[in-house]
Order: sequence, then structure tokens, then C-alpha cells
Amino acid sequence: MEFFSKILNLPDVASAHGAGIDQFIIYIHLLMAALFVGWLGYFLYTVFRFRSSANPKADYAGAKSHFSSYAEVGVAAIEALLLLGFAIPLWAKAVDEFPTKKGDAKTDPIEIAIQGQQFAWNAHYAGPDGVWGKQGIQHASATNPFGLDSADAGAKDDVTCLREPFYVPLNRDVICRISSMDVIHCFKLPRMRVTQDAIPGMTIPVHFKATKPGDYMIICAQLCGNLHSTMKGEFKVVADAEYAEWFAKKAASGGAQSFE
Amino acid sequence: MIGIQYGITSLLFLLFGFLLMLAMRYQLAHPGQPIPLVGGLMEKALGEDMAKGGVMQADLYNAFGAMHGTIMVFLAIVPLLFGAFGNYVTPLQIGAPDMAFPRLNMASYHLFFWGGAVMLSSFFIPGGAAKSGWTSYSPLATMADSNFINGQTLWLVGMVLLITSSLLGAVNFIATIIQLRAKGMTWMRLPFFVWAQFVTAFLLLLAFPPLEAAGLMQLADNVLGTSFFLPTGLVVNGSKPDVSGGGSPLLWQHLFWFLAHPEVYVLILPAMGIVAEVIANNTRKPLWGYKSLVYAVLSIGFLAFIVWAHHMYLTGMGTKIATFFQTTTMMISIPSVIILTALFISLWGGSIRFNTPMLFALSFLPMFGIGGLTGLPLGFNASDIYLHDSYYVIGHFHYVVAPGTIFGIFAGIYFWFPKATGRMMSETLGKIHWFGSLICMNGIFMPMFIQGLRGMSRRMYDGGATYFGSGVGADPGVLRLNNAITAAAIALALFQLPFIFNFFWSIWNGKKVESDNPWEATTLDWQTPTPPPHGNFATEPVAHRGPYEYSVPGSKKDFTPQGQPG
Repeated sequence: MEFFSKILNLPDVASAHGAGIDQFIIYIHLLMAALFVGWLGYFLYTVFRFRSSANPKADYAGAKSHFSSYAEVGVAAIEALLLLGFAIPLWAKAVDEFPTKKGDAKTDPIEIAIQGQQFAWNAHYAGPDGVWGKQGIQHASATNPFGLDSADAGAKDDVTCLREPFYVPLNRDVICRISSMDVIHCFKLPRMRVTQDAIPGMTIPVHFKATKPGDYMIICAQLCGNLHSTMKGEFKVVADAEYAEWFAKKAASGGAQSFE
Repeated sequence: MIGIQYGITSLLFLLFGFLLMLAMRYQLAHPGQPIPLVGGLMEKALGEDMAKGGVMQADLYNAFGAMHGTIMVFLAIVPLLFGAFGNYVTPLQIGAPDMAFPRLNMASYHLFFWGGAVMLSSFFIPGGAAKSGWTSYSPLATMADSNFINGQTLWLVGMVLLITSSLLGAVNFIATIIQLRAKGMTWMRLPFFVWAQFVTAFLLLLAFPPLEAAGLMQLADNVLGTSFFLPTGLVVNGSKPDVSGGGSPLLWQHLFWFLAHPEVYVLILPAMGIVAEVIANNTRKPLWGYKSLVYAVLSIGFLAFIVWAHHMYLTGMGTKIATFFQTTTMMISIPSVIILTALFISLWGGSIRFNTPMLFALSFLPMFGIGGLTGLPLGFNASDIYLHDSYYVIGHFHYVVAPGTIFGIFAGIYFWFPKATGRMMSETLGKIHWFGSLICMNGIFMPMFIQGLRGMSRRMYDGGATYFGSGVGADPGVLRLNNAITAAAIALALFQLPFIFNFFWSIWNGKKVESDNPWEATTLDWQTPTPPPHGNFATEPVAHRGPYEYSVPGSKKDFTPQGQPG
């Protein structure tokens, strides 16, 4: 698999589910390669063998073999196998099997609200109290994109990352709830093999588990205006201890520095 | 006549759309540099905020991008395939004196022309042309410009005109093919080209109306303050825009893609029809699997309407709906493969002549093969998670339309030119045009798959410099490919010069044909005087046999025309 990943130019995967997606992409490309090489080989042979200088009289009946019908059934069967064996289960795992909270602070999924805007990514965590601060559009502004209510007790320790990298702990389930303030964006984490449209008026969850520490890129993968190409975001995958330290510091420093 | 009108107008739009792309490619390979030759002209014509110092600004890049797609699809390819080749060749091939409704046809052409004029004029108004993609997703399409009349508004008006033009045309084609076939021209004796146009007409007729409605709804959002597609709670640039809210951005996507997916079959079926005619003629034998071809094209016509949401997998789609659309998408790949395979197998046993139309028709096959195969990882949702909105998508659809459909169009132009003008185009210039175009098309679009697999997203004004130039995730290899692609695009432009010259020069100086049927073809379009007069045929044609009776055993000549008695 590693070998095929390199040939296909796939960047190193850094999430738990990502390897399955890469494997699927590789299998599809193997089918594509088999079909293309088969068709092309036949094609080049045929135009050479049946060039008019070598075959001045055409055969009215042409090809009589039924090989193509069997090949067609074979291709359809392989497509069905890819669909039923890989595509549907992979999608179901991504969309139907979200990690659940069990009350264990060490293994429960980290939940982050992600808000795309023209032209940056913002992240919002419920603070150490575990309570999401009240939000309202009447509070929303350029410095308070999440519209957090400064009077609300639950909001006081909320952590927000505005136009700056957000952190996730290594080997922990993360649920990102994706939305947008203005136009459609798309939250794409290429190394994690995560993509989710950020649609205003909707909040769509996506989950992943980062398996390699490091700094990673967020791409906006839906045209969102003239500075769409500059909407590069960043997030960091760090060890548990470092994450806890960062989180505590952000929560304490009036975590949401976006209040007016 | 109307076929020629459509042909010349749409070829000019094709060239214009190509030039837009060249300017964009220059910006991608050399971000922030003034565009050579035309930079100054762009600044003068389009204003400082669009092209200051001859450098393409971000808004202009997005405008060129949206208009490149719109112009190529709606003003170049469809009018060429359907309006030009359709109107010119269909009545001839079915043995009809004309299309069923000539006045409707003229209305259709005028709506196309004025729709195009509205689209072109949008470049010159304050704010410039539409810049929210040819896909025009709301809310961006409504929020992108602050002026009351803006590029998006004109785009919507233009689309309403163009859609109406296609609807009228579709009615005309369906009526003509059903009602005006010559005596003896039964359904299963129709050339495959006519079947392809017939299914195309139904696709246009049934798929366009939802987009026309959606276009009017988005127009209302833009100028009347409605919120069909604008949700509640928008905060743009820190302030709340004055919209009523309550609308759904997803609704626009559904209505748009309900047309836009069948639209891509509109873009390929007539081209497959042209390729089929040229292959039958230049293999000197009947097409293999005629019945399979007909059933396959009818299946595509039906399935095309139930795959659209594969463009929307990442909008929060659940497993059940995603499964439905993946299944229909995989199903539609079957008849597409059947058509391609039947054309491949038609070569077997032939006596293949390698003239210019045949070279284009032959190379269509593997090129469309690459385009179709690269649709597979996009059609499966789990792989689309990674490839969505990436350069892989751009590579995929361009392979199908550029060395796919456009090669079919070139084949058709070289093939039917002698019927329309009485002269042949130069074979030497044609072969240079073919070879250069084939190499350069691959040079442009093959690297895009690599860029997409490495993670590069579409519609990036700076060519990916922000994402891949430095910092986290830097990947300079992706950016280097931009330069290779742009070089190939410039070379492709140069290889079109022999074609443009050949086209016009041959009208007056090409080798005169020695008969009405220089390719020794069987179909009725070659049994007319050259060029076909009013009424098309000298005497009323009657079909006596199938459309591809080449090399019939026991026959003296290697072709037996469809209209020949006995």
C-alpha cells in the first residue's frame, strides 16, 4: 500500500480512518489502470493490425467474440464490490458512527465548533466547565464571530481561536461541528482525509482521530470570494499534557478574548 | 444555414473562452506578474481594480474562471454540438427537407446570440462579470457584489435567455426526428449521430426548466430582496446584511445540479455521435453493436436525471441518500463503457484510413477513456472525501470535454467541411493541428491529477502559493507543475493557429471535391448536392437499408449508400 500511495502522490496520512480511504483510492486506481492498459493495448494493436495498407478489405461482420460482454459484467461486478465492500462501509463509519461521551475525561471526544468566514477559520471549545457559552447573533461582530454572550457564566471560560491555530490532542477522538458565518466554505484537512462543507444556516459534524503529532494545514475547499486562495488555516496535534496546558492557559486568559 | 450561423458564432465563443483560460493560466504560473501582450489592454478595458498594472487581480481571476466555464459550456460546446452540427446534419441524415420549425429555430438562435451578448457585456460593468463560479452557489452569488446591477445579475439574465434558446431547440429536434424521417428510415436504421441528438434533446428539454426557475429565484434574491437561498443569521464582514433569511443554500445546489449533471451528457453524446459516424466511414465496415449503442444511449438519457447529488456528497449527506446516488452513478458508468467499448470493437476487422477526421475520432477514444475512468474515484463518496473540489476534478472533467468533446467537434468540422463548402481542408495542416493538440491537451490536464492527489484545491487565484509555497504543508512540487501546465496551454494555443488558418483559407482555396460524397460515405447526408440547397435533397430520399452498409459481401464497391434502391 505504501508503494502505491507514493506512486499516487498521496501525502502521508495522519488520522485513524485515513488509511482506509487511501486504501480505497488505491484499489479504484488499480481498476482504472487495468481498464486503461487493457483498452489502450487493444487499441494500439488494432489500429496497427487493421490499417488499410495491411488490411485493404474490411470484414463486414467484424469482431465475433463475446469477450467484451464478459469483461463488461466483470467490470460491473468489481464496481459493485468496491461500492458494497468499501465505499458504503467507509461512509457509514464516517457519518453514522460518531464517538460518544462516556463520562471519562481522558478518552471522551473533544468537541470543537468550527466557523468558517471570509477569509479565516475560527474554533470554539466549551471551556473546562464543559458548558457551551450562550451565543446569539445580536452579539456577533468582527471581533466576536461566535456571538458569545459576555454576560453568560458558561461563556466566561470558553476557548476561542480566532485566525490562529487550534489544538487537538494526539490519539483522541475529535468531533468538529462545522458551520459558516457568511458564504459556503469547506473545511478540508488533507493529511487527516477529512472534508466537510461549511454551510451558513447549517452545522454539520465530522469526526477524526489524529495519529501523528505535528502542525497541519486547513484548506478552504469551496470558492468563497476573492481571497479564497488565502484562507489557509492551521491546527496542531500535540501530546495530552501539552494540550491540557494550552487549553488551561487559553481558558484562564479570558479564553474568549473576543468579547467587546 | 442556421447550422453555419451557430457554428461560426460558437467557434468565436470557443476561442474567447480559451483566451480567458490562457490569461488565468499565466497568472497561476506567475502569480502577481503582469500578463504579457494583453495586460495593458485588460487594464484599459476592465479598470484598475480588475487589472492594475496589467496584473490579474483576485476578483478578475474569479470572474474569468466563472465566465470561462459558463462560456465554454453554454455559449461554445452546446451551441456547436446541438445548434451547429445538430441543425446542419440531423435533417440531412434522416432525409428531411429542413427542421420541423424554422421560425422557432431562428428564435432559438437569437436568444443564444443575445444571451451571449449579455454575458460578454457583464465584463465591462462596475464590479465586473459574475465571479462565483459557473456553479453560482448562494449565498456567495448574492453577496459577491454590492452594486444593484452587477455581473451576477447579468449572468442570470443571460442564462434565462440561453436556457430558453435550448428549450426551443430541443422541441424542434424532437419533433423533427419523430415526424420528418424519410420513407424507410425506421428507428433502427437511424445513424447513431441522430440517436445521440435525440437523447440530447430530451436531456435539455427536461433538465433545464428547474435551472431556469432557480435562476429567476436567485435573480429575485439579488434584486428584489428575497431569500430563496439565503439562510437566517448571516454575518458578512462583521455586519448583518439586510436579508430576510429563512432560505436554503442547498436548494440552489439541488436545482443547479439537477440540470448541470444531465448537461454534461449533453456535452458528450453528440460528440460520441460524430465520432461514431467518422469511425464507421473510415473503417469501411458497419459499427459493432449498433443495438447496444442505441440501448446504452437511451439508458444514459434516463439515468442522467438521477445522479446529480454526487456533486453534493460533502453537504452533510447521510448514508442512505449517499448510497442511492453512488449506486445510480456507478450504474450510469455501465452504458458509458458500453458505448466506448462498442466504438473500440468497431475498429476490429476494419480497413482503417488515417485522415484528419479519423485521427481526431480515434484519439477521442482513449482520451474519453481517461476522463471517464477518473470519474470513478469522484463518483464514490468515500474517495471523494479527499478529492472533492481538488484539481483532480478539473483534470477529470477537462479530459472528457477537451480531448473528448472538442476532439469530436474537430473531427466533425474536418469531416463535414467538404459538404458545406465543396472544398477539402488541408490534410497537412490538419495533421499538425491534431498531433500538437493531442500532446498539449495531455500536457495540460494529466499533471492536474497529480496536483489534486497532493491536495491542491480548485479556484485558487494565486495558483496555490499561499497553501503550498511555504509554512505548514508546503509542497513546491505542486507549484512547479503549474508552470509545466501553463507552458502546455500556450503551446496548445499555438497549435490552433494552423486550424484557424486552414478553416478560412480552405473556404476559398481548399481542394475542390470531385463528387458530392468525397469520403465515400453511406449516410443520407452525403447523398445531397454540395452544399445542400433549400429543401436539402434533389429528389425525395428513401432509406432502403441500414446506415453503415460498408464492405457488404458480394458488393462491387466497399460502400452501399443508405438511399440506394435494390
